[in-house]
Amino acid sequence: MSDMAAPSTAPAELPRAKTDWLPLLLVPALGLLALPFVGSPSTWVTLTVAGLAMGMMIFLMASGLTLVFGLMDIINFGHGVFISLGAYATLLVLGPLAGWALEDSIGLNLALLGLCILVAMGVTALAGAVFERVIVRPVYGSHLKQILVTMGGLIVTEQLIHAIWGASPIPIPLPQSLRGAFVFGDIVMERYRVVAVVIGLAVFIGMQLLLNRTRIGLLIRAGVENPEMVEALGYRIRRLFVSVFIAGSALAGLGGVMWAFYRQTLTAGMGMEVMVLVFIVIIIGGLGSVGGCFVGSILVALVANYVGFIEPKLALISNILVMALVLIWRPQGLFPVARR
Amino acid sequence: MTEPLLHLSGVHTHIGPYHILHGVDFAVPAGELTMLLGRNGAGKTTTLRTIMGLWQASSGRIRFDGSDITTRSTPDIARSGIAYVPEAMGIFTDLTVRENIVLAARSGPVDRNRLDWILGLFPALKRFWNLPAGNLSGGQKQMLAIARAIAEPRRLLLIDEPTKGLAPVMVRSMIEAFRALKASGETILLVEQNFYAASALGDHVVVMDDGRIVHSGAMSDLVADKTMQQRLLGLSLDAHQ
Amino acid sequence: MSSSSALPLAFDETRRRGGILTSLLSSDLPRSRALSVILFSIFALLAATPFLFSGSQPVGTAAKICVFIVLVASYDLLLGYSGIVSFAHTMFFGIGGYGIAIALERVSPTWGSVAIGSAAALGLSAVLAIAIGLLSLRVRAIFFSMITLAVATAAAVLASQLSEITGGEDGLSFQLPPALRPAFRVFSEPVFGTMINGRLLAYYLVFAVSLVVFLALLRIVNSPFGRVLQAIRENEFRAEALGYRVVAYRTAASVISALAATIAGALMALWLRYNGPDTTLSFSIMIDILLMVVIGGMGTMYGAVIGAALFVLAQSYLQVLMGAGSAALAGIPLLPNLIHPDRWLLWLGALFIISVYAFPGGIVGRLRQGKP
Repeated sequence: MSDMAAPSTAPAELPRAKTDWLPLLLVPALGLLALPFVGSPSTWVTLTVAGLAMGMMIFLMASGLTLVFGLMDIINFGHGVFISLGAYATLLVLGPLAGWALEDSIGLNLALLGLCILVAMGVTALAGAVFERVIVRPVYGSHLKQILVTMGGLIVTEQLIHAIWGASPIPIPLPQSLRGAFVFGDIVMERYRVVAVVIGLAVFIGMQLLLNRTRIGLLIRAGVENPEMVEALGYRIRRLFVSVFIAGSALAGLGGVMWAFYRQTLTAGMGMEVMVLVFIVIIIGGLGSVGGCFVGSILVALVANYVGFIEPKLALISNILVMALVLIWRPQGLFPVARR
Repeated sequence: MTEPLLHLSGVHTHIGPYHILHGVDFAVPAGELTMLLGRNGAGKTTTLRTIMGLWQASSGRIRFDGSDITTRSTPDIARSGIAYVPEAMGIFTDLTVRENIVLAARSGPVDRNRLDWILGLFPALKRFWNLPAGNLSGGQKQMLAIARAIAEPRRLLLIDEPTKGLAPVMVRSMIEAFRALKASGETILLVEQNFYAASALGDHVVVMDDGRIVHSGAMSDLVADKTMQQRLLGLSLDAHQ
Repeated sequence: MSSSSALPLAFDETRRRGGILTSLLSSDLPRSRALSVILFSIFALLAATPFLFSGSQPVGTAAKICVFIVLVASYDLLLGYSGIVSFAHTMFFGIGGYGIAIALERVSPTWGSVAIGSAAALGLSAVLAIAIGLLSLRVRAIFFSMITLAVATAAAVLASQLSEITGGEDGLSFQLPPALRPAFRVFSEPVFGTMINGRLLAYYLVFAVSLVVFLALLRIVNSPFGRVLQAIRENEFRAEALGYRVVAYRTAASVISALAATIAGALMALWLRYNGPDTTLSFSIMIDILLMVVIGGMGTMYGAVIGAALFVLAQSYLQVLMGAGSAALAGIPLLPNLIHPDRWLLWLGALFIISVYAFPGGIVGRLRQGKP
């Protein structure tokens, strides 16, 4: 890939690439702002870790949606169903391997989680392929129909989940060694949240590498900006889009697994419930921007955690307030994606 | 006479309810530079986009290199060897200059000698090599757009108004670059409003008006005939020096 | 989508001929004999329900149909005429319901409270609709869909949390003004075999207000304002280029739609003498509205009448049928699950997708195609 070396070293007086730091500073600024209100530093750390974990899970669920939108101008209101489907897919693993969750062995427990993730991503990738072909493809180009039809797809798939797995909530056990918390003095960090942060960060870094260091990634970024020109360069963008749609669905499935173990309960509507946060996050981040989605996820989750601790009644509308403030500041979101 | 590289016959194009091209016929011979001239709204851009498959011809035929490309998809047309530089240039501003060129070279790394040749044509690009293309000036973006089109050898270049909005000094260096491209044997179909640039470069000239071809012939004939310039383009070469 | 002329027509020109009915319907006639017959039948049945059927269930169903006609028609103003998808319509529906419920329960069961509750609800709805519109429609119409979804969800959570005001999950039951109570008698003797009591007055209050609001909505979509909305729906950029302020028009449409939904919510609460999350606020009602407007026919107003009537009837009676089917298939794997009455949304969802693809004009569009 990087076999094209720079033809010459760049002179020093070159204009520098402009990085938009301001939105990135929001996160630490928010953390610092919350500290005096929270009071105790140890509680603050606990809240911050919890917020980060929540943020990572939201990011996993939202990243695919924002990419699909950026690339093909498709808004998929049915995205939440992949979250639910991914969550329910854990049953395919937890059913036969229930014993692994009870063993107090980190290796076995993590293997179980990994297996759940693999199966869920497989199931949701397949479902994504079907959804794209049957539901989305006939309505390219019309946002109104996309919203309606994908909403219809969501209703049908949710109902199918009910028909297959039953309508009542299903409890699922968190593997033994992921329960409990790490305690450092006053600071309490739930183990599963730490796992969620690690997985979320790994996916984010992986996506950044893919988007910035591979030809596919370059094509996706180019396609977000100007799909027509990508086609005029000889690339079949439709194929690229279908791959991204499938990958985005699989990521939602991964997020669904993480979310399911976090809640330890499965309901068919769980995807739709979290979609509200997902939409807020991708609006805040700027539709189509993966980096914005990442920052937005953390922002929303941290605010929810801090406000939930300081003034629980306000937590209900804190996300809406954050979104409103961001949109007043930057009507296109934190990282507006240049289009055409 | 051998078949021209590109041949449009009776091409009509509709965009939504509007009928833009009304039976366009012309040919682009291999190895030469054909200028496509005409007033604003004459249908020049639509012609290029129709060739590229970005808008579908509603009737008529487009033949390229001996085969019919009228109904092919844009990527297929590009793969058959046509490069397109749209009027808005289509630069990916979020990608670096290098990444823009990497994407243009579909079959892998750009040949070292070819890259040196391209950067010789457009030395400015060298300085911005690893910076986002969004930082480039308008003229530099135009250079990048053309560099992208020639990153790999192509059979035909379609270029839409490359001198539009450029400073005179930039127009001159652009003309130099096209001279060099011509000398290297590229076949080019160039849309131009700048008659000075057109007359300096063109082997052939095709003039459009109102979605139809109203004149086609040798550039030198048009340059020599002031009356014809006045009639076809509403201006003469003198006015534009 | 069926579209009439995309550009504003002179309103008076379209209204010159025709009599009082044409004038009432704002010259937007059904334009299909079958459709006219169906619409007239629905109107006549709703007008005469208390005298035609005995028992409380038919009247209850009829009242629900009236309310949903207003609710769905006001949604059609957004979806069908303005081309924007809102998920906050039930929020405004709920605000209307809570306005009445809180005023009558917390203040007093009088007409004064009805007025205060309605006015407060309408005011709140207008403010919220303006805020949402200005925040989201400035950038892209799809922001509007996502933001309405977020706001509506927050509102639903808020309503169930603030139980000291809203009654939480249990909702609020309340007394109506005396003239609307069952014990109230207009005449001591029955008329045509039906006692003219407060309950009947309540039904006709719901019926009359619904009719007036529906006709008002019909007038709005056929006014120059409505024509501009449709022009924006057809081509936002051209409308902007022609000098129409797209954001202002769309926000105005969203406010009108919200106000009508608020009235519907107030009527619903008055009829039920109760308001709670499940009767007005829940997301499943939002889905019902979507189904009704799409199946009835987007952008036609009359689609709302047919969609609401059909859907409410089906909701009341079709599920019984599915229950019977499910019981009959017991023993076969999965199949009984699929036609279980709880799964009726599955089939409606499928019908919905097919409608959007194949019959974007819905039932009304179909009937108008196959005219007379």
